[in-house]
Amino acid sequence: MERIPILKMGKFLLVTIQIDMHDRLALSLQDDLTEMIVKTQAKGVLIDISSLEIVDSFIGRMLNNIASMSKVLDALTVVVGMRPAVAITMVELGLDMKGVKTALDMDRGIELLESMMDQEDSESAQEPESDNDSTKE
Amino acid sequence: MTVQRSDKRLIRTSEDIVMVRQLVREWAKTIGMNLVDQTKLITAASELARNTFDYGGGGVMLIEQVIDAMKIGLRLTFEDKGPGIDDVEQAIKDGYTTGGGMGLGLGGARRLANEFYIDTKPGEGTRVTIIRWK
Ligand SMILES: Nc1ncnc2c1ncn2[C@@H]1O[C@H](COP(=O)(O)OP(=O)(O)O)[C@@H](O)[C@H]1O
Ligand SMILES: [Mg+2]
Repeated sequence: MERIPILKMGKFLLVTIQIDMHDRLALSLQDDLTEMIVKTQAKGVLIDISSLEIVDSFIGRMLNNIASMSKVLDALTVVVGMRPAVAITMVELGLDMKGVKTALDMDRGIELLESMMDQEDSESAQEPESDNDSTKE
Repeated sequence: MTVQRSDKRLIRTSEDIVMVRQLVREWAKTIGMNLVDQTKLITAASELARNTFDYGGGGVMLIEQVIDAMKIGLRLTFEDKGPGIDDVEQAIKDGYTTGGGMGLGLGGARRLANEFYIDTKPGEGTRVTIIRWK
């Protein structure tokens, strides 16, 4: 079966989506990434979508799912290289990718991952503040 | 409105949704549609093709190059003989889904197109038509 390759690059995993994915392929990427994060203990995932000509609600949901799934597995996800026309279209589609961090290109994606990891390290050293505001309306 | 050129494609597999995207891109390029408009139309087509496949049990897409007054554009019609939609207003609302999706397909396609028409009857099927002008 056809698969999207996942490369290990130091402590990160790198996925370059080079083809116009059909839905089953997108779902298998989600599963394969989960497995790879567990297997390699990766701390970050970079997903390069610069070849993608569109992001519809299915691919958007996949990216959201990957981001929240990796968070559970203690890894951070950054999506890089979204085309401007895709970004514009996503807004009009109504696609909310609030949970997904994005960067312009791979270099900036790596920088962002590293700075987020540093921040996490210092936060866990300081014991994070409680953000429990369930008593508020 | 005059139809200058038309073609039809079956939508029976998830690969056919990819094929629809590629075909719409080709036609949009042919009429010189700009990149953002192309992207909007293809995204809408992808959503509607997926609905045809997921909910309609498959169907067909009709693609037409149309001219109206001084405008040129593409009209896409997605048709299936699936279960139809009981409450169209509700189905178009953002976030409404019966299939575990994001519920953005119909509402999103309506926003991404210049014209949007839906014709559906429970038990008979669904036809969604969109037009995007150049
Ligand atoms: N061709 C169709 N045939 C039957 N029902 C449909 C069709 N297209 C859409 N629907 C219904 O409308 C709902 C909303 O569709 P949509 O906005 O594309 O969101 P989603 O696909 O994420 O559910 C679907 O969940 C389904 O119940
Ligand atoms: Mg849909």
